[in-house]
Amino acid sequence: MAAIYSLYIINKSGGLIFYKDYGSKGRMDTNDSLRVASLWHSMHAISQQLSPTNGCSGIELLEADTFDLHCFQSLTGTKYFVVCETGTQHMEALLKVIYELYTDYVLKNPFYEMEMPIRCELFDINLTQAIQKDRVALLGR
Amino acid sequence: MQFFGGSEISPSPPVPTATGNNAHMMYVFNRNGVCLLYREWNRPLHTLNPQQDHKLMFGLLFSLKSLTAKMDPTNAEKGNLGIPQLPGQGCSFHSFRTNTYKLSFMETPSGIKFILVTNPRTGDLRETLKYIYNLYVEYVAKNPLYTPGTLIRCELFNTALDQYVRSIA
Repeated sequence: MAAIYSLYIINKSGGLIFYKDYGSKGRMDTNDSLRVASLWHSMHAISQQLSPTNGCSGIELLEADTFDLHCFQSLTGTKYFVVCETGTQHMEALLKVIYELYTDYVLKNPFYEMEMPIRCELFDINLTQAIQKDRVALLGR
Repeated sequence: MQFFGGSEISPSPPVPTATGNNAHMMYVFNRNGVCLLYREWNRPLHTLNPQQDHKLMFGLLFSLKSLTAKMDPTNAEKGNLGIPQLPGQGCSFHSFRTNTYKLSFMETPSGIKFILVTNPRTGDLRETLKYIYNLYVEYVAKNPLYTPGTLIRCELFNTALDQYVRSIA
């Protein structure tokens, strides 16, 4: 069983720029992942409107019956979210690591166009390493 | 969860998970999206008028449910995004957390939705919502003067709810 089911990165306007599946059942096709990503973007925005107090920055953790969804929004509005098993720890740290990888291997890539789908080999390689189960456990130390 | 039988309110309310006044508000919706009850204990910020607020809340829950049903990584046959589903069908969710609040959600088999908004550091409130559902059954569903689908105006329910929420929060 995988600890992490999938990873999404969406740009500031809700478009999916990166999606990777790590073994969830019934794989989603491209259209479905795009729809889910933009739906999440809107839910994130609505949750800010419904806040009872000032300064809400959107959903950080969604606990569903069969999975947890952890979301991290960077200052520029890019959202990173992972779908993982319920009760998985250290996901905030993992999201920060993914953000670091994004800044290092995507933003610093001269061929990358902002807000466009991510196709960077180095990012893929480093991401695979970061997501390996033992690495996730190490982040907690 | 005990949905049927047993006329007494579940014997002991669940143990409080936090201290301090941390409950913000509570919503009850029926399956058609009508807001049957809205209680507010501590809400400094109002961005919308009440009607719009209730609509937005119901819409958020409805869409989040279709999102979780579609995302469910343990089920291979999920159908399309937004496929109509009966209460209890498909993968649902029980809470979400932002930096300023935590929303706990429960849906009964009859499609009534209970929503409790609390401080973000509150623990698991699933038992609490079940207890509130028991209060609803005792004081609202069993009230002969209550017509299903109308606003809840049962004094006993409101008193019991206020008391209980103050005790947990």
